[in-house]
Amino acid sequence: MKKQQSISDRQDGSSYKMVGKPLPKVDVYATVTGRAVHADDILLPRMVYGRLLRSPHAHARILSIDTRPAMALPGVLAIITGEELPQTFGILPSSQDEHALAVDKVRYVGDPVAAVAALDPDILDEVLKHITVEYEVLPSLMSIDEALAHPEVKINDEARIGNIHKAVSLEFGDVGAGFAEAEYVREDWFSYEGNTHAPMEEHACVANWEPIPTDPVSGKLTLWSSTQTPHYVHREVSKVLGLPPSHVRVIAPHVGGGFGGKSDPFSHEICACVLARRIGRPVKITCTREEVFLIHRGRHPVKMWIKTGVKGDGTLTAMHFRSFLDGGAYGSYGIATTYYTGALQPVTYTLPCYKFEGMRLFTNKPPCGPKRGHGTTQPRYAVEVHLDKVAHDLGLDPVEFRRRNLIKPYSRTVNGLRVTSCALEACLDQVVQRSGWNEFHTRQGATPEDQQRSHASENDRHDGAQAGKDLPLKRGMGLAASAYLCGAGKPIYWNDMPHSAVQIRLDRGGGVTVYCGATEIGQGSTSVLSSIVAEELGVQPGHLHLETADTTLTPVDLGSYSSRVTFMAGNAAIAAARTLKARLLEVAAEQLHVPAERLGASDGLIYDERDPGVVLPFVQAVQLAEARYGALVASGSYAPPEGLQGDYKGAGVGPSPAYSYSACVAQVNVDVEAGEVVVEKLWLAHDVGQSINPLLVLGQVEGGGYMGYGEAVMEQQVFRKGRHKMPSLLDYKLPTTLDTPDIEAILVGTPDPEGPFGGKEAGQGPLNPVIPAIANAVFDAVGVRIDETPITADKVLQALRAQGGKTRTPPRALLGPSEVPSPWPTRLIAWQPEESREQAGEHPMKGRS
Amino acid sequence: MRDLISLEVNGQRYELAVLPHHTLLEVLREEMRLTGTKHGCELGECGACTVLVDGLPVLSCLTLPLEVQACDITTIEGLEHNGQLHPLQETFAALGAAQCGYCTPGILLSAVALLREHPHPSREQTKEALAGNLCRCTGYTKIYEAVEAAAERIVRTGGPL
Repeated sequence: MKKQQSISDRQDGSSYKMVGKPLPKVDVYATVTGRAVHADDILLPRMVYGRLLRSPHAHARILSIDTRPAMALPGVLAIITGEELPQTFGILPSSQDEHALAVDKVRYVGDPVAAVAALDPDILDEVLKHITVEYEVLPSLMSIDEALAHPEVKINDEARIGNIHKAVSLEFGDVGAGFAEAEYVREDWFSYEGNTHAPMEEHACVANWEPIPTDPVSGKLTLWSSTQTPHYVHREVSKVLGLPPSHVRVIAPHVGGGFGGKSDPFSHEICACVLARRIGRPVKITCTREEVFLIHRGRHPVKMWIKTGVKGDGTLTAMHFRSFLDGGAYGSYGIATTYYTGALQPVTYTLPCYKFEGMRLFTNKPPCGPKRGHGTTQPRYAVEVHLDKVAHDLGLDPVEFRRRNLIKPYSRTVNGLRVTSCALEACLDQVVQRSGWNEFHTRQGATPEDQQRSHASENDRHDGAQAGKDLPLKRGMGLAASAYLCGAGKPIYWNDMPHSAVQIRLDRGGGVTVYCGATEIGQGSTSVLSSIVAEELGVQPGHLHLETADTTLTPVDLGSYSSRVTFMAGNAAIAAARTLKARLLEVAAEQLHVPAERLGASDGLIYDERDPGVVLPFVQAVQLAEARYGALVASGSYAPPEGLQGDYKGAGVGPSPAYSYSACVAQVNVDVEAGEVVVEKLWLAHDVGQSINPLLVLGQVEGGGYMGYGEAVMEQQVFRKGRHKMPSLLDYKLPTTLDTPDIEAILVGTPDPEGPFGGKEAGQGPLNPVIPAIANAVFDAVGVRIDETPITADKVLQALRAQGGKTRTPPRALLGPSEVPSPWPTRLIAWQPEESREQAGEHPMKGRS
Repeated sequence: MRDLISLEVNGQRYELAVLPHHTLLEVLREEMRLTGTKHGCELGECGACTVLVDGLPVLSCLTLPLEVQACDITTIEGLEHNGQLHPLQETFAALGAAQCGYCTPGILLSAVALLREHPHPSREQTKEALAGNLCRCTGYTKIYEAVEAAAERIVRTGGPL
């Protein structure tokens, strides 16, 4: 049984009417009754169906494409190829390397080559078979090692050197001095497996073109798509089709999960639009599950090297971290991902100096991108396992070791990031206390006689053990901590405009319509807006109507990525609601003969705070205000404040108006004969600041725990002869009800000073500590380190067999690349925080090559 | 060529002309516009397309309509009666068991079948009954809690099954 409790010592939170209440999701009755309309449920008059022809080769030159036999088939309306769509696109302005359909070359199995529209979806596969493509197969590079070893095989022209898409080298403070100060230095290699989002809804879209002959561009386009980022899709569709953005409307209907997998603009979206314009009929493209695996944009496989210096008492003196990312064939978010593998290390623990070198390689695999935890999940696994080893080497308690080094609230990291509220220590306290960590490890350190006595306890290390007998099942507990952003501090395309805006319209009947571009993907963004606006205006949420994720109707919100929506759209909603509330209070003050400052609003009433019997119904206030001001519409917007980051190149990735913190304890049971790891329970504490809707926050924490568990022990992405070996939900192992451990979610935290009502993110952060906590628990159970995810039975067994004598860490195959490029192929940027610059009297930037 | 068939769906009999190779999933969604039944793989791997056939959960993506002409088919649209929601629908909403909600119709129908067989399911029985329905959002915990809360409500009130 799970126990849930919100631990918060907020001063004013108890007076909230809506904020902090576990309300059902505002869209949930649509989903539980089957009324929710997803993109593939849309049926427009005259609608036809499209599909993409995808490359069967991992790397090949396109010599010719013959579409004539396919066009001749009955029911085929149009076929398009890459030469008709020369405009490149991509989510990042710095990686405009994708074509909607391949031009000249294909770079992975699944790269789109042609798109067809036909009357009947049943014939689409047959039509695709009739498109003849002549390829010249090129050598394919399927790993980081191969990409480094074969610079002569150029996969993507975005790479400046060989197949290196991006290389980063940053040094903060004096790392040499930091290591010199250390009494103990340890180095480790880690390898993190790539994995995919696998949202239950396959990507789908419907495009509709309305011809307007008198219009200079002759028509308008509407695209309904299962996307997390309608705003960015709007920009890229406009660009590739050469349409003014005013002639494009992108709507996200109900989205059946995303987790980062629906944050890029995609070929199928652009092709549906092009085909719809071509034939003047609505076109639907629904991807198959196999296509969803190939579209990917999932977790980058990353190889990581860490070197850390510590004093004898466990104080960290220096860290040097290197990451090698397997990016797949295109850029996607990869430049940001590369920076993210290095950016947040100093946000969790205080590092007096820190060096980060990162490198992303192009390979002939589906493009990697952002998955829940974007770029921070892999290093968090590596850092937390590495630090566990350091603690073990020094004989330090892993909890106390972490506690000693925690980042301080309201501080600035060595890489220049502003940290505000931080309840990481409370997260650690909670998971340690609730898991019975101390009791468990006291028994572990006890003599065999003690263990025999405590044998009946449920936390006994030997499952169902008979005292003294060597049994195959061994229990262990592991711990890890982490931090995550509450929204990227900088937009994807740099500009000075708001990151999120909300418009609210009050109806004279008392209805409240909220417009916001924020995109509900299941995480509850629409419900968060509802709670916030209802709280601010003092009305029941039932009076609200929410219009979201529509680039024509709603003001811009950048999208559901980087865990930004609660913080940014929430603050924008408060701003809009306050403007309207001021007008209502002004007319109410006159009506009630009470100063406006003394008026409050709740439960549909405006009331005198000194004499709550003096009231004016909300609807009457609206009518009085409408009589005075005309239509009651107001907007609010939010952009993160200045000064969140340092002034070096690359400082734009990592800053956030706030950080969430999480800690996890995992309890595992390892079968030493079979190698099987059973994760029995996760205790997962999350610092969400003030929870806006704890029902949804707990759901995010539990879901993050579940998804982290799958990455830690189950999900594998294997390629054979250039092809994804398991592009199906049967072969690609996702946790079912029978696998998923019991998860105890715990909410911790105090209101953040800048968050909406003090709220922070919950969508991504809680995943991060789960994977290293499980890895550390396996070590605790059986004394072997698995430095490569997923932690599968074969790896555990291999490590156990290699375990001999006193060696706790068995030699394993080289986890890093076989050759580390030397020198690092980019100029080092060295930077010091202002305080240390002042102390040293140095110039802030000291470029070295 | 299309075959004329007859299907009993949510208590109503429908005469339909369908292509014989089309699955029940396709016929429900495309011909009957019952789009509450979702799909996540079309290969019987995810459970999103679960419907009840004579009270038992089946994957509509692996079922041919011709096979189930004599059966009683229930989709998510058939769980409510005259706008009154099934207790499972209410507890799933109230307890946060649906996030993106895409797997939810299939899970609800699997849960209906579970509660018919086990009015007081143990946690293990619930896990077993839902093992064929993947959910990527919730981690399943709130789903178990909603199933258990609905079970209690149904037993207490003698509510619908």
